[in-house]
Amino acid sequence: MEYKDFFYQAAIYLLAAVLSVPLAKRLGFGSVLGYLIAGIIIGPYALGMVGEHSQDIMHFAEFGVVMMLFLIGLELRPALLWQLRAHILGLGLLQISLTTFAFSGIFYFLGHPLSIAVVIGMILSMSSTAIVIQIFSEKGWIQTPVGQATFSVLLFQDMAVIPIMAIIPLLTYASRALPVPNSLISQLNHWQQALVTLGIIAAIVVSGRFLLRPLFRFIAQAKLREVFTAASLLLVIANALIMQAIGLSPALGTFLAGALLAESEYRHELEADIEPFKGLLLGLFFISVGANINFNILLENPAGILKLIFLLVLIKSLVLFFIAKIFKFNTQNSLLFSLTLAQGGEFCFVLLSHAVANQALAPYLANQLVVAVAISMVLTPLMIIFYEKLLAPYFIRRQEQKEFDPVEGQRNPVIIAGFGRYGQIIGRLLIANKIKATVLDLDADNIELIRKFGFKVFYGDASRFDLLEAAGIAHAKLFILAIDDSEKALEIAMHVREHYPALKILARVRGRTQAYDFLKKDFTSIYRETFDSSLAMAVDALKELGFPAYHALRCVRFFKQHDEQSVKRMYKLYGAENEMEYINKAKQSRRNLEKAFSEDTAGGQFSFDLAWDPENAKDRGESS
Amino acid sequence: MTVEASHQKILILFAHPAIHKSRVNRELIKPLQNIEGITFHDLYETYPNFYIDIKKEQKLLMQHDVIVMMHPFYWYSLPSILKEWLDLVLEHGFAYGNDGSVLNTKKLISVITTAGSHHSYQSTGSNRYTILQLLAPLMQTAFLCQLEYLPPFVIHDTLHLTSEDIAKHTQDLEKILLALRDDNIDFAKVKSSSYLNTDLSAILKLSS
Repeated sequence: MEYKDFFYQAAIYLLAAVLSVPLAKRLGFGSVLGYLIAGIIIGPYALGMVGEHSQDIMHFAEFGVVMMLFLIGLELRPALLWQLRAHILGLGLLQISLTTFAFSGIFYFLGHPLSIAVVIGMILSMSSTAIVIQIFSEKGWIQTPVGQATFSVLLFQDMAVIPIMAIIPLLTYASRALPVPNSLISQLNHWQQALVTLGIIAAIVVSGRFLLRPLFRFIAQAKLREVFTAASLLLVIANALIMQAIGLSPALGTFLAGALLAESEYRHELEADIEPFKGLLLGLFFISVGANINFNILLENPAGILKLIFLLVLIKSLVLFFIAKIFKFNTQNSLLFSLTLAQGGEFCFVLLSHAVANQALAPYLANQLVVAVAISMVLTPLMIIFYEKLLAPYFIRRQEQKEFDPVEGQRNPVIIAGFGRYGQIIGRLLIANKIKATVLDLDADNIELIRKFGFKVFYGDASRFDLLEAAGIAHAKLFILAIDDSEKALEIAMHVREHYPALKILARVRGRTQAYDFLKKDFTSIYRETFDSSLAMAVDALKELGFPAYHALRCVRFFKQHDEQSVKRMYKLYGAENEMEYINKAKQSRRNLEKAFSEDTAGGQFSFDLAWDPENAKDRGESS
Repeated sequence: MTVEASHQKILILFAHPAIHKSRVNRELIKPLQNIEGITFHDLYETYPNFYIDIKKEQKLLMQHDVIVMMHPFYWYSLPSILKEWLDLVLEHGFAYGNDGSVLNTKKLISVITTAGSHHSYQSTGSNRYTILQLLAPLMQTAFLCQLEYLPPFVIHDTLHLTSEDIAKHTQDLEKILLALRDDNIDFAKVKSSSYLNTDLSAILKLSS
């Protein structure tokens, strides 16, 4: 590639990412879909801005997947991996064998020779580690049971790639069998191969344990950030190369290296160093998947391709759902699990070209499958949105109908809207005091978690008035508005007051500006969400600096009173037309505060512990 | 029996809401922080928010033989946290009442600083009552809890004390507390004096 051409291409890719990803996230689609769409847009079938190198770029960018697995390895201690062994072997083996079996049957039934049907079956059993892990870590789902199960399946697929690569040449429809390529040790016999492989893995384990730490310490002592980054990259790339040399999956190898370093003191530095490379490469990978979707093939035979996609997603999700049920997942989790893994993955591309090269698959069929797999990858983020927006709320509502007697819920004296970090504390306190509260929250995951702790939480948007009425707002004595969106909270508060002017509203607000907004509408029971926590820390800070505890507390209380009064004075001035006056008042207020805390004004009008000041008492002492 | 075992354990309940502004108390407490057998317990420092740990305080009481309430004399009485302490810690059934007699072998002493002169705390003075008369509520509290109330250690004229005066008072207080700890006090003489610190030589036994 020409050097100028390289920068032109880089600019196109980066521009596409920079424009589309924030937009996709803003629209609630997540970054993966953003990248994929960006790829389609710059690809040869839309704007045609990327040239014939996009295939090469995709292969290069696949290294992002390798890095991702290294990072996952860093997060997973070997002990945790051991805990997952039942899932990895059980779920993983079942998924691959059942999916292979199902697809083989279908393609055989559709008239393909058995060997081709089996090749297709094995290839289509792969899912996309890149897409799934990226989406799950964006959503923070990796540590959930579904996340762990999903991860286990993907890990097993990574391991299964190697035997599948070995089997495909045996299923060739041509008479001559090609040897397994791209392995330095393929000329050795099986026993020797196994020995060398085990030896190299053992060497990686041992050097990971004993060599890497002193090496990294030595590099860290040079205090050159970029050298440490270079070493981190070297570690990942070298591992991948070694693994490839002995015919193992590089992703798997780096995953192993990551897991070995999970407990070392350099874990966080390694993470921080690799993360941006991984992010960029993975983004590049998603873009090139989008750019490589061959729309000509799609347009030539749209019905056939759509049928393929439909079959792919349907069969995969049915098998996954079945397995999840065997492993006793509830229906909701089973659905998430099966929708998540119902796409083809990046390994499909590798295996498909491997199969074509070994004459195990005809190119025209492989090309159709490539398109189907790529489109199924684009569908994954959409299906997860479908799950989040429609399926999860449905299950929560159904559970509600099962679990709660609506009449009982409608007579509680307190309604808490928003049951996250803020509302929960109030809720726990009320419940401990045997005060019944009806709780509304919008976050389906949060609700599920809270319910496990025995709270009754309704799924619902507090800005919907019908929902508030169903929650019994007409009978409530107190409305606690603890949602984190202050603008929305103000709307809700005004709406509620309009209909129930007698109902007392306590509102959480984000900060000073939002407090002004509430005060302007005459809501006075407002609580700045981090104010008291900051003040509590300020007390301890003063104590650490040598203030007597009670004095520290009183200083902070004085500050708090002063600040609250200033908010109640200043809100009228806040706004564009009074800017100067507002700033002057704010400055004046700060001067008063400084005066109050300065020692030389003992006896001045701002002090808050004059009575305990012997200087001030001298008068009295003298007269007696 | 070891020497240790014969010691009286002393608990100082110290209460001053603005120790950073204090002249006398700040000096008085300096030597008292780390003496074997004497527990120095600063209430405002421990409970700045007034949420007193009742069980912990009751346990402390049980572990000591002499309770010393050390504080400035605010409005002829205690700083507020000490009142809060009395209100919460001396529970019925613990300190008084049918089952409440855990304190009956213990002694209670006040250590008081006041800006008023000795002269002012007389029926003819501006404060009209003696310190002892003003301490009546505390003395009755001690009586109800079967605590033996000893005469208070009082420092007058705090606003006019020189640093030498303060040093002298500090030494006296330490001496008396050590003597209490080591049982070197002539309690017969103590009971007949108005203040614990009126005449140290009279009440201290020569250490043997």
